[in-house]
Amino acid sequence: MEFFLISLLNGVSYGLLLFMLSSGLTLIFSMMGVLNFAHASFYMLGAYFAYQTSLAVGFWWALLIAPLAVGVVGAVVERFMLRRVHKFGHVPELLLTFGLAYLIEEFVHLIWGRSSVDYKVPAALDHPLFTLYSTTFPAYRGFMMLVALLMLLAIYLLLKRTRIGLVIQASLTHPDTVEALGHNVPRVFMLVFGGGCALAGLAGVIGGNAFVTEPGMAAAVGSIVFVVAVVGGMGSLAGAFLASLLIGVIQTFAVALDYSFVTLAAGMGMSITPQTPLYVLWKLTIAQVAPILPYLFLVLILIFRPRGLLGTREG
Amino acid sequence: MSTTVRFTPLNPARWVIWSGFALVLIALPLAFHQGFALTLMCQIGTIMIFSLSFNMLLGQAGMLSFGHAVYSGLGAYIAVHVLNMIDKGTLMFPVTLLPLVGGLAGAFFGVLFGYVTTKKSGTPFAMITLGIGELVGAMALMFPDFFGGEGGVSTNRVAGKALLGLITYGPQIQVYYLVAAWLFICTAAMYAYTQTPLGRIANAVRDNPERAEFIGYETQRVRYLVLIISGFFAGVSGALGAINFEIVSSENVSAIRSGTVLLFTFIGGVGFFFGPMIGAVLFGLFIVVLATITKAWLLYLGLFFVLMVMYCPGGIAGLIMMQMPLLRARRFKEMLPSYALGVAAAAVLLLALSAAAEMLYYHALEASASGPTMVLFGMNVNVASFTPWLVLLAIAGAGFALLGLARRKVTECWNRVMGEIMAGGLQ
Repeated sequence: MEFFLISLLNGVSYGLLLFMLSSGLTLIFSMMGVLNFAHASFYMLGAYFAYQTSLAVGFWWALLIAPLAVGVVGAVVERFMLRRVHKFGHVPELLLTFGLAYLIEEFVHLIWGRSSVDYKVPAALDHPLFTLYSTTFPAYRGFMMLVALLMLLAIYLLLKRTRIGLVIQASLTHPDTVEALGHNVPRVFMLVFGGGCALAGLAGVIGGNAFVTEPGMAAAVGSIVFVVAVVGGMGSLAGAFLASLLIGVIQTFAVALDYSFVTLAAGMGMSITPQTPLYVLWKLTIAQVAPILPYLFLVLILIFRPRGLLGTREG
Repeated sequence: MSTTVRFTPLNPARWVIWSGFALVLIALPLAFHQGFALTLMCQIGTIMIFSLSFNMLLGQAGMLSFGHAVYSGLGAYIAVHVLNMIDKGTLMFPVTLLPLVGGLAGAFFGVLFGYVTTKKSGTPFAMITLGIGELVGAMALMFPDFFGGEGGVSTNRVAGKALLGLITYGPQIQVYYLVAAWLFICTAAMYAYTQTPLGRIANAVRDNPERAEFIGYETQRVRYLVLIISGFFAGVSGALGAINFEIVSSENVSAIRSGTVLLFTFIGGVGFFFGPMIGAVLFGLFIVVLATITKAWLLYLGLFFVLMVMYCPGGIAGLIMMQMPLLRARRFKEMLPSYALGVAAAAVLLLALSAAAEMLYYHALEASASGPTMVLFGMNVNVASFTPWLVLLAIAGAGFALLGLARRKVTECWNRVMGEIMAGGLQ
């Protein structure tokens, strides 16, 4: 029970972090049809910016400044790079962001070196929040969950209850009509791209010190975020939320489970020995398979439900 | 202007080009016979097959794949295991035909994974191939019996009976001619493929999937078939790489490998059949030559790629083909002064940029250990002082000004000459 609850809490907090990343990706994709390959790189930038600003003005200001700075970088990328290749179609846009991921990683190497930086959890949150049976749950994990939920609420209110949200939603489906009504659709695109990147930056600020801030952190999380977007259904925010939680919880549980088909068979009274055919498959424990579970999940979803969990269109 | 299709069984230009290609392949080792150059050429040859097979997807069928190394890598693994069996004597098979084994393995995995990936096109296809690539990359560490774990699977290419009693593939020069022969065969086969109905309909599926469906082709099936064929050639290149290096490791199936082939194929040019071959040569220059000179080579590569995507989406092949009408009208030399200006501006900018990058890298990685003074282009430069940065800023400013001027000149000259050629063509 103790293991179950703690793993569930850890899984949910990891899932919420994934959601903070995938929400920006999904917003940008549903709006502009651009898959931002460099999205995880903006997450990394967020962590490094936060590290640098927290050295100067402390964590709480960094929480505000770093996402904004990442958002500005994103807006500049949209305005001066993406908009240029927009007329060539979606594949060149994807290629551009792919090249950008390389550039950002090298930029990080250039400025902060190749090893990890010492980006710490703030002292005010560096204590256990509560103790469950015998395991403590860190306060910072609780803070991460709180920020993610607040962000979810803020996006929801922004999209559904404000005028700019209305324009964004309308540009999503009817860009020409919105333009005809006198709105500057390219500027809306720039704001959405910058905003999406800022969300990734925010995830970086609170994820960078919970995990490790190093140049490999973008690659570590990048492809998982794409899996989340496909599994949830391309362009569906609710789907991304569901898929992030699902993948976060599955991965957290899987890493801790040391069972394999051998133990399963032993429980049913059979025995699997190294002489059994395909022994390499049977002896794998769930913990060993954990890294590929999201991708297996992706393949299964594509075979049985190609539009994703909550997607509305076949892409 | 109307074009009529004529039956020309003997196409002289084609004969000249292909026999020229064969002659170059035969003659190259005569000019570059050092061990280093031979290994480099073998590597470029395998990458050429790999990037041509990649362009079958990206350039000819509009399928952007982030996981193409899966097919070449798994082909390489199967080939290396077969080679080990030949070496142990449990299997009789000529090493010369080993790339065929790799190719069949690549095609087999194309059948397997393509069933899932080709269900989608465009951006979702790209994401799914990324997922499959990660899946196989992670599996490489899960099954050490097959993939050899961290160290990979090593082999010995001098195995089985020698071909004609002479060729054992021990000396590098013999491996070079093996790669060259397979390169020629594969290039010819892949070019022939572009002329088949499948190759043509793949272009249609790239340009307008909806219309392709309306004339009765199932786009998903076309994509599936193209992926299988492309997987075959990727597998051939994987097996050749295995013979060349005598080791296959998890790096061969990794996302890094997939990303590299994408970068260089695009830089070479996806719009023309020969574009990826230029990309493969650049690969040799970047990965092997530049990487030994500077630590910042990935930055240069990324920057080069992004600039190509933004300003020159046809790649280098596209740039070359743009000059064809000028060459045909014998007016290319009128463009030369403005081009020279452009090249000069680019050189000045490159100088400033590379100096800045080298100084930054030195500052980030080495300054703390060996002091603030580095040797740059034969000069002692103190990276902690302001002066060198100001000098670089001035050089960069001059470069930008020159580039702006060159751009105006090129556009002006291009419009004038092309306008005259077009006007002449209409009369």
